[in-house]
Amino acid sequence: MTVNKPLDTRTLAGQIRRHALRMTSIGGSSHIGSVFSMADIIAVLYGAVLSVDPNRPDWPDRDRFVLSKGHAGAGVYAALALRGFFPESKLATHYQDGSHLSGHVSHKGIPGVEFSTGSLGHGLPVAGGMALAAKLDDAKHRVFCVLSDGECDEGSNWEAILFAGHHKLHSLVAVVDYNKIQSLKPVAETIGLEPFADKWRAFGWNVVEVDGHDHDALPAALDVRGKPGDAPTVVLAHTIKGKGVSFMEHSVLWHYRTARDAEFDAALLELSDAS
Amino acid sequence: MRDVFIERLSVLAEQDPRIFLITGDLGFGVLTKFEERFPRQFMNAGVAEQNMTGLATGLALEGRVVFTYSIGNFPTLRCLEQIRNDAAYHDANVNVVSVGGGFSYGALGMSHHAMEDLSIMRAIPGVTVVAPGDDWETAQSVSALVAQRGTTYLRLDKSTAGRTEREGEVFQLGHARRLREGSAATIVSTGGILATVLKAADQLAAEGIVCRVLSMHTIKPLDTESLIAAARETGGIVTVEEHVVEGGLGGATAEALLDAGVMPNGFSRIGLRGGFASVVGSQSYLRSEYGMAESDIIAAVWKMGGGV
Repeated sequence: MTVNKPLDTRTLAGQIRRHALRMTSIGGSSHIGSVFSMADIIAVLYGAVLSVDPNRPDWPDRDRFVLSKGHAGAGVYAALALRGFFPESKLATHYQDGSHLSGHVSHKGIPGVEFSTGSLGHGLPVAGGMALAAKLDDAKHRVFCVLSDGECDEGSNWEAILFAGHHKLHSLVAVVDYNKIQSLKPVAETIGLEPFADKWRAFGWNVVEVDGHDHDALPAALDVRGKPGDAPTVVLAHTIKGKGVSFMEHSVLWHYRTARDAEFDAALLELSDAS
Repeated sequence: MRDVFIERLSVLAEQDPRIFLITGDLGFGVLTKFEERFPRQFMNAGVAEQNMTGLATGLALEGRVVFTYSIGNFPTLRCLEQIRNDAAYHDANVNVVSVGGGFSYGALGMSHHAMEDLSIMRAIPGVTVVAPGDDWETAQSVSALVAQRGTTYLRLDKSTAGRTEREGEVFQLGHARRLREGSAATIVSTGGILATVLKAADQLAAEGIVCRVLSMHTIKPLDTESLIAAARETGGIVTVEEHVVEGGLGGATAEALLDAGVMPNGFSRIGLRGGFASVVGSQSYLRSEYGMAESDIIAAVWKMGGGV
């Protein structure tokens, strides 16, 4: 349910990827692989799921969205600009001197950003507080929080997962961008999360698993609307790090590397062909 | 102070449904009544201070005035980044309350000695830092913190100077209270050690050395004006805090005076020096052991020259 006409989420995802490629290229910043892995999730959330209003960023009945993997903030900035929260031209200032568009997502001076993050393991506890308020107030809006898989190493997340399960925070929807690669190596070789779905279930959550790049499946998977008494929901979105650019996919390198010159042109070409 | 805090918070919670108290699974017997009276304004977050502070921020961003409650370093240092990034950066109405300031839980050991909290918390931009010296300041500061916006830290102490208010006195955050008049020196105190400071001042006065006493219940924003006046009008400044000497009341006072270009006639910081307190004991025992007793305060004033 959106206030504005739903957008074509595939087109939106392509636009987000191209914007993020340009932003990180101009800024010489990192984490393009992390933006690409969640780009389809963000596109479906902002294009077809979240009830938000660019003209009233503080509208009390809006769905809350917290990006806990703040290093992928370029993707959210792009989505917000594309949804009309601020001019797309502003995206060019990302990572530049004096800009508010920081390398990690920040709310200051940016309408539509609910919460600033950057240090991992902060988003879900805060989203839990928002969902607790919604429950106490019998409010109808939902609270979405997108996490990375590597971020699930953080103990604070498991504190929040325990709490939300125990208190049945029905309006809370966690989405894990499960791209299987963290900062230095694959998740499985770092701190393995499997059996991941079972862990969430054991903590009292509903678990939905989905291909995080499938625009036919994502809307239904993400558009969760719990009722009082229901458990919170986690959507484990199986994704590919760097999705959309062949030479970035499944690569640790593109957690850090900036696409420049020929790499930039090649990446943009692949993304332009795609949509 | 703990009981005064919860009593005042109960009065406020009755009138203001935005008030919400979260405990990190501590407060046995102390918080029970609050929970019974205000079940929709209370939450036990369990032994999980990071989540407690994140929850508090989420609730505060949705319009509540939240108090997080635990002892010693648990609601502060354990979840410092949540206080910094989540609460303070978002200017959220999160009031962090630690019962057991300083050596309140002295016999429990180093883990329970809260001796660095004031300097660490005051370094975080926008955070108001309060350490009341008596029961009246405690109650008044709770009301004042509810009335203002933003993230705050309230350090409560097992010891207290009792009631020191004068009739009709008005409490203001950031305004030191002058509890004794005198010019030999100024003793500036923060926290429950005020009781010891007043005893020392009275002892000195009996010996003819009459000191000014400032209760600096608010460490941030600091009452710079009172400190400048003390530097100009009295024989020197002795700061007293149950806290490491680095960066707390003494450090803040030195910063404020030098920034203002005012040199006091003498300057001495009383607090913990030379490392962690490695022995345990009651609050008063540890004050004596680590140079924060009445006699140490008296000696510091004597050393300053004993008056102008």
